[in-house]
Amino acid sequence: MKPASFSYVRPNSWPEALKLVAAGARPGAGTQSLGPLLNLRLAQPDTIADLRHLPDYAGVAVEGGVVRIGAGTTHAAIEDGAVPGRVGEIMAGVARGIAYRPVRNRGTIGGSLAHADPAADWVAVLPALGGAAVALGPRGERRIASAGFVKGIFETELAADELLRAVEVPVLPAEARWGHWKFCRKVGEFSKATACFLALPGKAPRAVLAALDWPPLVIEDASMLAKDPVAEAARIVTAFPELGAWRRALAETALRRAVERAGGA
Amino acid sequence: MKKITISLTVNGEPRQVLAEPREQLVDLLRRELMLTGTHVGCEHGVCGACTVEIDGAPARSCISHAGSCDGASVRTIEGFGEDAVMADLREAFSHEHALQCGYCTPGMLVVARDVVLRLPEADEARVREEMAGNLCRCTGYRGIVRAVLRVLAARRLHA
Repeated sequence: MKPASFSYVRPNSWPEALKLVAAGARPGAGTQSLGPLLNLRLAQPDTIADLRHLPDYAGVAVEGGVVRIGAGTTHAAIEDGAVPGRVGEIMAGVARGIAYRPVRNRGTIGGSLAHADPAADWVAVLPALGGAAVALGPRGERRIASAGFVKGIFETELAADELLRAVEVPVLPAEARWGHWKFCRKVGEFSKATACFLALPGKAPRAVLAALDWPPLVIEDASMLAKDPVAEAARIVTAFPELGAWRRALAETALRRAVERAGGA
Repeated sequence: MKKITISLTVNGEPRQVLAEPREQLVDLLRRELMLTGTHVGCEHGVCGACTVEIDGAPARSCISHAGSCDGASVRTIEGFGEDAVMADLREAFSHEHALQCGYCTPGMLVVARDVVLRLPEADEARVREEMAGNLCRCTGYRGIVRAVLRVLAARRLHA
């Protein structure tokens, strides 16, 4: 239960960090997901590049209807209201449910998303909110839609020479209705099935089903789910026979409850 | 692997230790600084026994590796001797029988103190939620929850 040897570097600038990553260093932020993997020796990087001291790594800015959240912003900061407005309120509620406060104090939104554990909270929630992941590479920044960012278990759209710089979410109107449900047998443990439902005035509602051992299922038009949650949730999960009966029942129930929590159709 | 110099403030005192980058903070504290009040439990962030304060907020010292702690300010259970809230918690833990073997207690106290200061209005359900990241295999949690609630209630009374 002790990590294999690695060397440690603390880049002071983004170009320096990019060079380290291009040379094969494993980026690290709060290490609340990487730390356990190091201790269990499931991860054995040669070098860890600690991103936490990079300029503007953490912090929140609002511009033109978009909230840009620095990848190094901690779950605890989001829980405590770092993100303003209705979307911030939604995200604060989600953050409170991530692991435990001592983990949230160090764990970051970008670290968790880039780590891409299928059962992680932001992996499920960000595609439901919309917006994008901002990747920084040798040629500058590019945006990757949150809905397609996580490609598989521990697999994302980030290229080998890119870093996750920030996460962007849209500013949401006060009337935005949000429902979120996750099944954990104990407070703070990884989810067995997560569902999110977002309804915005004048738009088709969006839903996400996640924590299924593969990338989140994003339902861009969840009107049917809103109209008839019982029948539609049952129909959606038939697409996953490999889940097994009880996980499928959890997924189905999570979808239904997410819609209920958003106040129904 | 080459050792690196880590500069830390530990319980208010500047300390320098030579460590391998792979070492976790809890091992530095226990082995290099002989601060054995912080306990090693699950070593993957789940049990809470290793919880200390890093830069003023509770954190798991078993998944905070040495390099990342360079420049940090750390407060372990040994550093709360003069702290008034911790004194109240110690007394309440004793009164409510909130410990038996004591293995989880240092982590419990660090988290309980944060709950008391950050969430002065917390009720029993919230205390249980907030303390869920600290496992105790002796008490069944009732005494622990009562102890935290007792300190919260006393502070509300004297607020």
